[in-house]
Amino acid sequence: MATPSLPPADTSPEGPRPQAPDNKKLQLMTGRDRLVLAFMVGIPAIFVLGFVWVPALISVVLSFTRWNGIGPVSDIQWIGFQNYTDLVTIYPQFLPAVSNNLLWLAVFFFIATPLGIFMATLLDREVRGTAFFQSALYLPVVLSLALIGFIWQLIYSRDQGLLNAMLGLDGTARIDFLGDADINIYFVLIAASWRHVGYIMLLYLAGLKGIDPALREAASMDGAGEVRTFFSVIFPAMKPINVVVLVITVIESLRAFDIVWVINKGTNGLEILSALVVSNVIGEASRVGFGSAIATILLIISLVFIVIYMISIYREDSPK
Amino acid sequence: MDLYEEKSGISVDINATDPNTYQEQINSYLQGNPDDVFQWFAGYRGRFFFENGLAENITDVWDEVGDGFSEAFKIASTNDAGQQIFLPLYYYPWAVFYRPSVFEQNGYTIPETLDEFTALCEEMRADGLTPIAFGASDGWPQMGTFDYLNMRTHGYQFHVDLMAGNERWDSDEVQAVFETWADLLPYHQESPLGRTWQTAAQSLQRGESGMYVLGLFLNQQFAEGEDREDLDFFNFPEIDPAIGSDAVEAPIDGFMMRSDPGNEQNAKDLLKFLGTVEAANTYVGIDAQIGAHLDTDTSTYDALQLKSADLVRNAANISQFMDRDTRPDFAATVMIPELKRFLANPNAIADVTNSIQAQADSIFPKS
Repeated sequence: MATPSLPPADTSPEGPRPQAPDNKKLQLMTGRDRLVLAFMVGIPAIFVLGFVWVPALISVVLSFTRWNGIGPVSDIQWIGFQNYTDLVTIYPQFLPAVSNNLLWLAVFFFIATPLGIFMATLLDREVRGTAFFQSALYLPVVLSLALIGFIWQLIYSRDQGLLNAMLGLDGTARIDFLGDADINIYFVLIAASWRHVGYIMLLYLAGLKGIDPALREAASMDGAGEVRTFFSVIFPAMKPINVVVLVITVIESLRAFDIVWVINKGTNGLEILSALVVSNVIGEASRVGFGSAIATILLIISLVFIVIYMISIYREDSPK
Repeated sequence: MDLYEEKSGISVDINATDPNTYQEQINSYLQGNPDDVFQWFAGYRGRFFFENGLAENITDVWDEVGDGFSEAFKIASTNDAGQQIFLPLYYYPWAVFYRPSVFEQNGYTIPETLDEFTALCEEMRADGLTPIAFGASDGWPQMGTFDYLNMRTHGYQFHVDLMAGNERWDSDEVQAVFETWADLLPYHQESPLGRTWQTAAQSLQRGESGMYVLGLFLNQQFAEGEDREDLDFFNFPEIDPAIGSDAVEAPIDGFMMRSDPGNEQNAKDLLKFLGTVEAANTYVGIDAQIGAHLDTDTSTYDALQLKSADLVRNAANISQFMDRDTRPDFAATVMIPELKRFLANPNAIADVTNSIQAQADSIFPKS
């Protein structure tokens, strides 16, 4: 999934940039400039179209078919909405997958991301050993989610895991953190958040470093406390970074895949849409049509967020 | 392969890939530009590619080398039209593994019927052992238990028909299999869904569990030498005396030929060579499996290999394992999650079997 392009950093929310110079510049463009511009915009556009939107649309089309991915395209049978009906009626993994994806989003949005922002503000205070804390928090981000899945399996394992040993549980009292379908998603979310917090922390910290210290000084002169300063002054001034953080939170939640795949291929309580797509389409299984239907649902969920994002961007850009 | 090049003067390019990746990419591989001869599995999983026009009939190869294989192997290599499409190289059986030292120490005897098996489980539990090691996190090892319970209860043919989609999953027969399994589950290692088969095998290795229903590859978890010598197996016990216990689950790996090969004559010559006893001997010299060829040199075999060969030779029928005997899409996307659902909640048999049938209806072509 490509990161949507971000709005230009506009630190003065008061005034949209004057339009006049832009128009003038356009008029001054020579034919060659136009050609260069056409290339620079056109080629990436073709790539996005060819590698993102065309396959996405083909998936949508395939979701109305039954096809095993083998043989000529003429073998494809059109079956209308059958795949979608099957998804909700006879595929017991589908609804848990949707709710797990939404749960993932909620946990990232309400817990992991705020925690990352909190860590960033703390570290921005230049506490002693900042570099150490930064690297400690950022370390998980360097690791792939697949590796994180592996590390946490060692911690959560029922028979040989660290956590059961530390809790001093033995025999039947041991908790099957990853095998018990009622609880395993929460423990996987802890592992995924462990990484997400570091990611957000680093992004936010970079943004905080760019804040003019004068803002803070002015706020404290006006008698605002730490908390008040953050929410009333720093947070609004960080708007561009906030948008990035929000977008990344949504992307990371919707594309969650690796960690559940290494644990149990997204079954038994760890169903998520991306894992269902992969197990239906990629493997030897090849239920291409059915898998595409799941992918289409994932696309629709993503589109909801893309549309919200686009609306907010356009609203900002249009003159008041 | 080197041996073959020496003998025939035809050079062979080998395309070696990691097996898991290979299995996941087999569809695109075969539709692209595959090698003339490719390694694959017997049973439905091989026929699936033949039926989709990706593999070729090699009956004439069988006419020449067929004498080297038992009738049960021939059946496993034959499609519905009676043509051979697959050439076996080696196999490994599934059975109930145990440590002879543990059995000796506690005075256990090998059970031959389900009742004896259950009694043995009770005995083990009384002695503080977990009767049956069990790791179901990967999704497929539990298929072996289901297959055996099913074949012992209803026979080999029912297994084949069920896997082919010709019997119903919500039938009383299948429910009975799940019920037997549910009765046995309390003897299995607790909370299997978070455990890999490797971890489960280690509990057998440490003598904490008494038995384990798995394939011969289990011995990978036992260090070569003394540790591995203290590993043995017995055939899965009989459930119904009318059915007996002469069906054995033994997945066969071997070769198939792509459709429209670049050089059909060379490809078939290569297959003929791979069907010889020399090829089998060379293979088992490298990998401690059991050669499919009847005359494979057994002098290098260890006790387990010898016993495996014996078990399979005396089997009336050889099943290939659930994920090789049925459609790959059905096994992976329906059976793995549904068997896990059953293991998480063994009381929900009807719910699970109805769900399997509903999904089977949507996957198997309607006849």
